[in-house]
Amino acid sequence: MYAVELAHETDWEGWRAGARALRLAEIPPDQVTWQVGPALGLFEGAAPPKPPVGAGFPAPPGLFDLAQEVILNRDPMRFDLLYRLLWRARETPRLVEIFTDPDVRRAEILRRQVREAVHKMHAFVRFRRIDAADAPETYLAWFEPPHRVLARGVGFFVDRMANLRFSILTPDACAHWNGENLRLTPGVEAPPDRAEDEWEDYWRIYFASVFNPARLNPDVMTQHMPRRYWRNLPEAEVIEGLVTSAQGRTDAMVRAGPSRPSARARRRTV
Amino acid sequence: MAVLNLKQKLAILSDAAKYDASCASSSGAKRSSRDGAGVGAVTGGMGVCHAYTPDGRCVALLKILLTNFCLFDCVYCINRVSSNVPRARFTVEEVVRLTLDFYKRNYIEGLFLSSGIIKSADYTQEQLNLVAKTLRQVHDFRGYVHLKLVAGSSPELAAEAGLYADRLSVNIELPRDDAFPRLAPEKNSADITAAMGEVHARIVVSRDRTLTGKRPPKFAGAGQSTQMIVGADGASDADILARADGLYGDYGLRRVYYSAFSPIPDSSAILPSRRPPLMREHRLYQADWLMRFYGFERDEITADAADGMLDLTHDPKLAWALANRAAFPVDVNTADRERLLRIPGLGVKSVDRLLRVRRLKAVTLDDLGRLAGSIKRMKPFVITSDWRPGGLTDQVDLGLRLAAPIIAPVQMSLF
Repeated sequence: MYAVELAHETDWEGWRAGARALRLAEIPPDQVTWQVGPALGLFEGAAPPKPPVGAGFPAPPGLFDLAQEVILNRDPMRFDLLYRLLWRARETPRLVEIFTDPDVRRAEILRRQVREAVHKMHAFVRFRRIDAADAPETYLAWFEPPHRVLARGVGFFVDRMANLRFSILTPDACAHWNGENLRLTPGVEAPPDRAEDEWEDYWRIYFASVFNPARLNPDVMTQHMPRRYWRNLPEAEVIEGLVTSAQGRTDAMVRAGPSRPSARARRRTV
Repeated sequence: MAVLNLKQKLAILSDAAKYDASCASSSGAKRSSRDGAGVGAVTGGMGVCHAYTPDGRCVALLKILLTNFCLFDCVYCINRVSSNVPRARFTVEEVVRLTLDFYKRNYIEGLFLSSGIIKSADYTQEQLNLVAKTLRQVHDFRGYVHLKLVAGSSPELAAEAGLYADRLSVNIELPRDDAFPRLAPEKNSADITAAMGEVHARIVVSRDRTLTGKRPPKFAGAGQSTQMIVGADGASDADILARADGLYGDYGLRRVYYSAFSPIPDSSAILPSRRPPLMREHRLYQADWLMRFYGFERDEITADAADGMLDLTHDPKLAWALANRAAFPVDVNTADRERLLRIPGLGVKSVDRLLRVRRLKAVTLDDLGRLAGSIKRMKPFVITSDWRPGGLTDQVDLGLRLAAPIIAPVQMSLF
């Protein structure tokens, strides 16, 4: 058996080097285990043999792009799946285009989950302003993404806020923008204590006011905005009240019937 | 009159804006604040919905009215002059502040600003333009801006609006011209389509290089859209789709939104409150999609619609397939893209993947299931390397069997 030791959970370079060496040595996937950090006993194996200088093989088209996204998924079998794809691509170089293949399909599902997590991070991060008087304008967010997507998705926020300062803290990693450079630091376990931001009230007022009770459809809402995100969304605390009062508000509108034209309109028509 | 604070104004003027269905932030030109002085970016892709309200609708933009005072008396509108809703008006600075402070907290992608008509069409448009101009020029705001264009305002103001806005829209609202005098007496479709024509002409010019090879200034980079109300007048689905089809063709619209007429708190005697026809609205969006992305002609979609109304039981693609059985089954291993797009249950993305897969292997029924998620609706209409539907395609009760949700056969009562 062989074992590849990866430096961290999203160690793309480590996976690539390991996978390359394994494949050049013709070692099939079922003889390999992938582990993050040093082995703790049970599954010890030999490191893959170093490939001879100059040895190589053409990268299967599309596979490395796929792998760079899939590796961000929390699925514990992702490294194995990706090496199995690389191994099978010896026989079928264009394997990753066969979307009906079970391995390819699985990888595509993991990729879609990662893309979704990036997209939802862009959507659902909520900043609070934290600077003291006379300090540069600074924002802070705490976020819990379902996959390890902070580094991949943080550029979106730099594009928006390049001239401000901000930090996004997550359990996996933190990103800090100081107006010039982006710095990544290890994750933190708990959300920081942050003062309230008065704009959250304005946001909740807006959220409640644009809701149309006559179109109540909470299933579609939760499909797009899953509950797992709610605890970090300031607007989530008004959802329940909006849902439970919607039927009554709609019934009242339908029952009320037409109203007498406003005084403004009556003046106008005289 | 009591002086309203900003929170009260926000509540009134966002409530007043919510009957406009559009909230898209997509297809603006890609840009960022990295080379600017302010905040804001546009991803250039699919846009971002920052929240979903319990009606399931996307919140991408701060969608508000500058004011809900209005001279017009459109009976379907909560803000018509004869309505008793509380009125408010933002200052330009207030809208700018709300936009920037929401934006910096990542609540929104930008602003969608509309307004009731006050004083005159030109004055109203000037005020809208002033907000956008202040955001762009004073604050170097690079986020998304959607401005409403007031029908009947001068072409110069439309020209200015397009310089600041990613998207412009003029709402046609009523599918049929003959409904205007009764439901929107101050409006007419000629003014509305003239405004669309003005925008369209400027968009076309802005995309051409001049003879000297210079690019003209960007104009409404994300194009223009409009909205039609569904179920307020007597228009049929065929009328609505005919209007939409005409607008897409004549003015190059990016989107037509269909908005089920929804009960409003202060309704008019001419148009009393009813529950919104949400399924009808959904079917219209599906039909619209078929025209824009699936190569369907409008006539094909409405040909078999009784009284010009789409089937509420089956989606329009399945309805077409059921009415055109002779076009099936389609062999997924040999048919061209156009024919594949006709298969019920098979979307554009799945078709494109199918085309790639079948170059590398013969496609089976299981393969089709893995591509499309479900083969239930597809089975009667396809041939794969291991499946032929035989007589299934022509079964008389096929429509009943494929209705969603599945209708359980009713046991005949003996008594």
